[in-house]
Amino acid sequence: MLGIKQADAGMPDTGIYFQWGDFLIQFGNLVVIATMVVLFILALVIPFPHGKTRK
Amino acid sequence: MTADRGPVSAAEDGEARFSTWTGKTRGWALRRLPPDKLLPEGQPSYVSSWIYVFGMGAVAAFVYILGSGAVLALNGPTWFHVSGLGRFINSTHLWSVELFFMFMVIHLWGKFWMAAWRGGRALTWITGMLAFVVSIVTAFTGYLLQTNFDSQWIAFQAKDALNAVGVGAWFNVADLGQILMWHITLLPLAVAVVVALHVVLVRMHGVVPPLEAATSDAQLRSAAPIPAVDGEDMK
Ligand code: HEM
Repeated sequence: MLGIKQADAGMPDTGIYFQWGDFLIQFGNLVVIATMVVLFILALVIPFPHGKTRK
Repeated sequence: MTADRGPVSAAEDGEARFSTWTGKTRGWALRRLPPDKLLPEGQPSYVSSWIYVFGMGAVAAFVYILGSGAVLALNGPTWFHVSGLGRFINSTHLWSVELFFMFMVIHLWGKFWMAAWRGGRALTWITGMLAFVVSIVTAFTGYLLQTNFDSQWIAFQAKDALNAVGVGAWFNVADLGQILMWHITLLPLAVAVVVALHVVLVRMHGVVPPLEAATSDAQLRSAAPIPAVDGEDMK
């Protein structure tokens, strides 16, 4: 209206949201949670490297 | 007993030979946390899994947070808005916080599914939980320091909640100076103290054996059992 865009005022944009029924989540938050789940699973399945064996 | 092994062997003989509180404290500390437990050279074979790395991952992220935070604090709360380097340091500060929380949460999931509070390790779990809660408050004060419309919105939503529970006068989210002080002194110090206690407790008890490991497993038995300490771990 005044020629001021949301971005000019340093306003965060509204973001991308996903909704399944009552469940609503912002894209960034979904990425963080998915990354954690993936890292957790990888930590359990990837074998741990064996360094110098003592003795 | 030989004289050159002084303090350690004295501790093994019990507290009786100490007559001062400093001596008794040393005896207690050496019994609960002998140097080879504080800084061990090896861990049982079950610890060789990536899932055990996330606690130290969180510690590493925390160290970077403290370093980058010190640079930001010493340059004042406007620097990171006007300087390219300031923006960069500010971004790495935020991203190390993201990693810190991700590593901490994966660590928490791991410990939950291992039931790692077993064997007298309840306080380790509780200090972990405390680290989580205090870190959230620290992150909250950090978001308030962005000094942009985001932080203004967060502050003016939060003030209603804090006023409703009656602490708004002492913890005033609209007072930038006060929040800066919480964020750069008291709260990081609190996280550091709780994490230090948490890690020392892990060292005192040793890493918890996996659920499926039998207590008869040779490597789960310490060479010379100390009833006062090991008895507790059998609970
Ligand atoms: C600031 C966040 C935290 C840091 C830096 C941290 C760090 C550590 C470290 C370095 C260890 C050693 C072994 C390992 O990493 O697996 C450990 C163990 C442990 N952590 Fe944390 N931790 C944090 C948060 C938590 C939370 C939120 C919980 C759960 C409520 C938790 C529960 C435990 C337990 C029960 C152990 C002992 C495991 C054992 O004896 O085998 N920690 N933590």
